[in-house]
Amino acid sequence: MASTLLETQELQKRFGGVTATDHVSLQVEEGECHAVIGPNGAGKTTLIAQLSGMLAPDAGTILFNGKNITQLTAQRRSHMGLARSFQITSVFMGLTVLDNVALAVQAHTGHSFHFWRPARQDQALRAPAMEMLEKVRLQDRANDLASEMSHGERRQLEIAMALATGPHLMLLDEPMAGMGPEETARMVETLKSLDGITMLLVEHDMDAVFALADRISVMVYGRLIATGSPAEVRANEEVRQAYLGEAA
Amino acid sequence: MADVSTTDPAGGARKLSVASWFMVACLVALAVIPVAIYAGGNAFWLDIATRLVVLSIAAVSLNLILGFGGMVSFGHAAYLGIGAYCVGIPTYHALFGEFELIATNSGIFHVILAVIVSAVFALITGAICLRTKGVYFIMITMAFGQMIFYLFVSLETYGADDGLVITSRSEIPGIDMDNPLAFYFLCYGSLLAVIYLVHRIVNSRFGMVIQGAKGNEDRMRSLGYSTYVYRLAAYVIAGAICGYAGALLGNFTSFISPDMMDWAASGELMFMVILGGTSMVFGPVIGAALFLLLEQLLSAFTVHWHLPFGIMLILTVLFVKGGISGLLARMGRSNG
Amino acid sequence: MDASLVLIQFLNGMQLGVLLFLLASGLTLTFGIMDFVNLAHGSLYMIGAFFCASLTFWTGSFVWGLLLAIPCTALVGLAVELSVIRHLYARDHLDHVLATFGLILCFDTLTQLIWGPEGISVPLPDVLDGQVTLLPGIVFPTFRLVIILGGLLVAGGLYWLVNHTKLGMLIRAGASNRTMVGALGIDIQTLFTAVFALGAVLAGLAGMLIAPITEASIGMGNEIIITAFVVIIVGGIGSMKGAFIAALLIGLIDTMGRSFLDDLFKLVMSTEAAETSAPAVSAMLIYILMAVVLAIRPQGLFPPKVR
Repeated sequence: MASTLLETQELQKRFGGVTATDHVSLQVEEGECHAVIGPNGAGKTTLIAQLSGMLAPDAGTILFNGKNITQLTAQRRSHMGLARSFQITSVFMGLTVLDNVALAVQAHTGHSFHFWRPARQDQALRAPAMEMLEKVRLQDRANDLASEMSHGERRQLEIAMALATGPHLMLLDEPMAGMGPEETARMVETLKSLDGITMLLVEHDMDAVFALADRISVMVYGRLIATGSPAEVRANEEVRQAYLGEAA
Repeated sequence: MADVSTTDPAGGARKLSVASWFMVACLVALAVIPVAIYAGGNAFWLDIATRLVVLSIAAVSLNLILGFGGMVSFGHAAYLGIGAYCVGIPTYHALFGEFELIATNSGIFHVILAVIVSAVFALITGAICLRTKGVYFIMITMAFGQMIFYLFVSLETYGADDGLVITSRSEIPGIDMDNPLAFYFLCYGSLLAVIYLVHRIVNSRFGMVIQGAKGNEDRMRSLGYSTYVYRLAAYVIAGAICGYAGALLGNFTSFISPDMMDWAASGELMFMVILGGTSMVFGPVIGAALFLLLEQLLSAFTVHWHLPFGIMLILTVLFVKGGISGLLARMGRSNG
Repeated sequence: MDASLVLIQFLNGMQLGVLLFLLASGLTLTFGIMDFVNLAHGSLYMIGAFFCASLTFWTGSFVWGLLLAIPCTALVGLAVELSVIRHLYARDHLDHVLATFGLILCFDTLTQLIWGPEGISVPLPDVLDGQVTLLPGIVFPTFRLVIILGGLLVAGGLYWLVNHTKLGMLIRAGASNRTMVGALGIDIQTLFTAVFALGAVLAGLAGMLIAPITEASIGMGNEIIITAFVVIIVGGIGSMKGAFIAALLIGLIDTMGRSFLDDLFKLVMSTEAAETSAPAVSAMLIYILMAVVLAIRPQGLFPPKVR
């Protein structure tokens, strides 16, 4: 039986009068791909922001690997093995593709108070970075600027950067957003190939969600209304009404 | 904060031919031309060149945080002032007594004092400034700069707003500081060293981190970087280098006053950096050279040279993106 | 230190405070609504003072001079917004800072070309030039009292404008949600221009009010503008309430510090030490206050709710 890797207990966040996260209790099991779906404004991105440490919850706890991480900074969580990708692509546009990943590798190879040796000739950074690029099949673009890449390629790069931090859990905030069908298929393939890494996936593309997810949680107006296997969720009457109904 | 010019190290590698040849040409010209004119009996241009080289050091240090780190500091001239007073105050006491602890003409002591005091001031103010972002940061650095300005204005002992005359220059073994040529080469050598130092820093692991934090701080934090300490370290390094430039400036002018750290002086430093372009370590040197040339040319035409200068500044912001080195980089790219 | 001196310095502090508020309110409006940093705000303060000086001599009356200087300053504000500022809204703060720094240089030089390098003192009518007896034995210049009351009146007017008028509603909506205002079909460009001109008038008014006390001089705006920055940093950038409270606080602390800090220091150290250190500390007092506030609340005392 798989153990619980990430757990939230009664997580709450309000913005003014809006409850973005309303008593959310969620378990992500070790090794699974857990998708969170829900209509726009359901509070999914707010949830990711709290899990990654960018936003402090008003109440509730977040447990990661059994440890309470609610009060920890984003950088501490990263070092514990929590990685995230951003909804709005946020790679470093002025750097090359390889530089981007090398920077992610560097974050987890000791401190960076090294002022003298050129980082771009450092094989301890370059080799692992190249390896990550191979995983997302961007190795041919290693020396191009991130700003010269297509949207879909940048999203692949995001994944490579998250991977480079050696995560136990990846928080993926709409990795397929704004992608065409081909790019989406490539992303699904990439994510499928990442065996052994637990994923929490927020996504709108239902085909991708059902292709990837082991379990699905449905969020509406900040509340979790259902959690279960894809088949269970598909069959759930409340879910169909609240969410899937409008797509059907 | 969106950046004025895309820092573009990889592109930098490709445009190496044009830009770095230009840099070498400039540095050689700086070493030869003023000296040749001086040997021909005209001291004026060596004077200008010395000022250029000293201000270039300050501008290069500002570019480390502004261009590469994305920290728009509007109080950088404070470090020039601190550095200069770290020469002025010890020599004042060496002459008039009191404060035996610091009363000395030793140049080594002055430089160490300038660097340490600047670094400490940068550490304290940076620790507060860097907790804030964007426009707060700009205004707070400006306010702290002005704080130092008013501090020296209030110090009657050291001449208050009338300033302080440095009666004897720092004494450095083996260098005759009163010889304009020797002093020029000290400054020139310092500039080369600072450019090399900043070049190494920018390309090191540390440099990658501050450049990443400039582009996207949230991203850096979620990668696991404590960006605050790295940015603070960069802020302190830049302050210390500029303090060193201040010590040179104090020796150069032999007269120091709070005016040299007025916020207008900080604005001029920023202008040099932006005009020269922020994407290259060497850029601010071009900016400083153009600034001084402009100053000379315009003030030869009219005493009201600030008017055309102000207009050019506005036009530069509105129409020239990425400064001169940005133009060079674009040229380099279209050529090959 | 006796009580009457404290009262008088308190009023002097209030007077500085309301002037700072007039400057800071315009800064905080342009920042809150347009996300624009205007270093040249102090130039409008200077222009206001010079307009007021010239028009006072032309009309022979300070009151007429002031009333006519207000639309003149507004026109300058409009001209600057239309020619330079509006092209910068979409740029980053660094560009704002550099371009408005250029504007300062232009303003200072142009003022010098038009009015000459010397300052111009502005005569007050006899009614305003005297002193009033506040309490038995305590007299205070009438005009300074007028500044305080006038400033508070303007503050009240701004409060009404922001909270109870259509323009105010747009201002508040614009500060929290730019796209929404655009969606309401309101010409955002016109709104920005109007707000900038309003800020210009407020700054100009501060200059007009101070001119009879200090005289109109080149660069007068460049000193006070930094203090106004400290005000909006402490108050919370974009907050009108914060600007008001911080302006009075800083006006009082600065004035009281300069007058009484040496007396306070003498309580704990030697007279000599107090007399050397007090001027240095009082010169830095408001910046130290700023540092302390920021160390505790990086967003200032009253950060605007939405941002």
